[in-house]
Amino acid sequence: MSHHKVEVRDLRFSYPDGHEAILKVSFTIFHGESVGIIGANGAGKSTLLMLLMGILFPDAGEILVGDTHLTRKTLPMIRQRLGMVFQDPDDQLFMTTVHEDVAFGPRNYQLDEQEVEYRVVEALAQVGIPHLIDRAPFKLSGGEKRAAAIATVLSMKPDILIMDEPTASLDPKSRRRVMGLLKSFEHTKIITSHDLDMVFETCQRVIVIKDGLIAADGSVEEVLENQQLLDDCGLEMPLSLQNCPNCGASKQVTQ
Amino acid sequence: MKESIHQIRLLDDLARRPIPINRLHPLVKLLTTVIYLTVAVSFGRYEISALLPLVFYPVIIFSLAELPMADMLKRIGWVMPFVLGIGILNPVFDHQTVSLLGLTISRGWLTFLSISIKCILTVAAGIILIATTGIDRLGAAMRMIGFPRIFVLQLLLTYRYISVLGDELARMIRAYSLRAPGQKGIKRDAWGSFAGSLLLRSFDRAQRVYAAMCLRGFAGEYNTGNIAKINSRDLRFLAGWGAFFVIARIYNVPLLLGSLLTGVIK
Repeated sequence: MSHHKVEVRDLRFSYPDGHEAILKVSFTIFHGESVGIIGANGAGKSTLLMLLMGILFPDAGEILVGDTHLTRKTLPMIRQRLGMVFQDPDDQLFMTTVHEDVAFGPRNYQLDEQEVEYRVVEALAQVGIPHLIDRAPFKLSGGEKRAAAIATVLSMKPDILIMDEPTASLDPKSRRRVMGLLKSFEHTKIITSHDLDMVFETCQRVIVIKDGLIAADGSVEEVLENQQLLDDCGLEMPLSLQNCPNCGASKQVTQ
Repeated sequence: MKESIHQIRLLDDLARRPIPINRLHPLVKLLTTVIYLTVAVSFGRYEISALLPLVFYPVIIFSLAELPMADMLKRIGWVMPFVLGIGILNPVFDHQTVSLLGLTISRGWLTFLSISIKCILTVAAGIILIATTGIDRLGAAMRMIGFPRIFVLQLLLTYRYISVLGDELARMIRAYSLRAPGQKGIKRDAWGSFAGSLLLRSFDRAQRVYAAMCLRGFAGEYNTGNIAKINSRDLRFLAGWGAFFVIARIYNVPLLLGSLLTGVIK
């Protein structure tokens, strides 16, 4: 299953104003892995995602999806295999109905309208909102919008799901639902977030970015239980791993 | 501002309702509207009575489509300042008089009335077209009759970005008014920075929306899915209204009816 692999080699990127967002980043994400990319604000997480999706192009280094190099020429093919869910679902939902939004991707790939219809229904069922098919996206709640945004990507049947802050601005119930959804997907997942409890529950591996460099790359327990490392990178241990704030008793790690 | 955004989205909502008039083929509705507009603007400046039968089209479609009258009239009202701007000087420059129903009035007023009626009818027809078709299906219809892809794309994206721009503006106005209690509107000193900031924010937002489109395979063609073929009902709609507009253009229907009623025609 090497075609579901994402390999990043010596990636460097600086913005036109000279700010060096990514200094030298290398990692490989294998088929079926669920990887959290965490870091403080401005660490370079979002830039890294944009580089992975080919919205930005690196100054040096390379990105391989499977065995294909990401270049302007291979972009359409690679984007069909990588599905990205944006941080703000309003950026992703721009059509007049949820149906039209979910159908937007498959239609762009010139699929038969019957197949498009099948994929729309399937994607909405997967995220649990088949009843919202004819609703206008702007009328949905935050959680529903997030689910619809995920469906717009699922309908393209990507091999790899990339999510930027999937639980941002959600109420606790909606957040829990989205986490349940993420856990149910069998795709290779790359998730950036500040919600370390969500990362702890949904990812097996964590990459910590600090000032454009990888500060740590390891299993979720190894990284998220390392208080010193997280402190150095401007992060905090997940609440579920912190000691009781009242009596100081340590929590038992269960996952 | 929020109200304006709601107004834009209202047209989309109206076009999505599963009513017979909305289900008509978009190409048929587009062609009907094009014929209607052509006929409406082809009448001479003083041909007011001949223009009147054209009122039937918007009135009948308004009621068939169950469009909210107040909202639609408000939209038509938005163009009235432009109509006034264009036509208000006619009574000043055109002093010749005509006799109408025993009254002597300036021809300038007649042309002003003619411009107003034409404007109201054409704007109403445009609103009806969008409110019963939806902008996406309308774009598809335009492509069917050979409008250039880039033109249709511009139209559809502009329509989408209006609400993006509106959203940003609503947020900025809210943030401003919360820090400027008791102040009416935005101070003139702040207009420049406000407009600049709005431009940059909406540009940024539009970039993100565009990136989201590209990531889902958008390559310049706005695909709106298959549209069912034109059926006999669609053709009857086009033929019926088309014939009515042509008759209304060739004959002065009110005059003919008036003559019939008064028994002049033998």
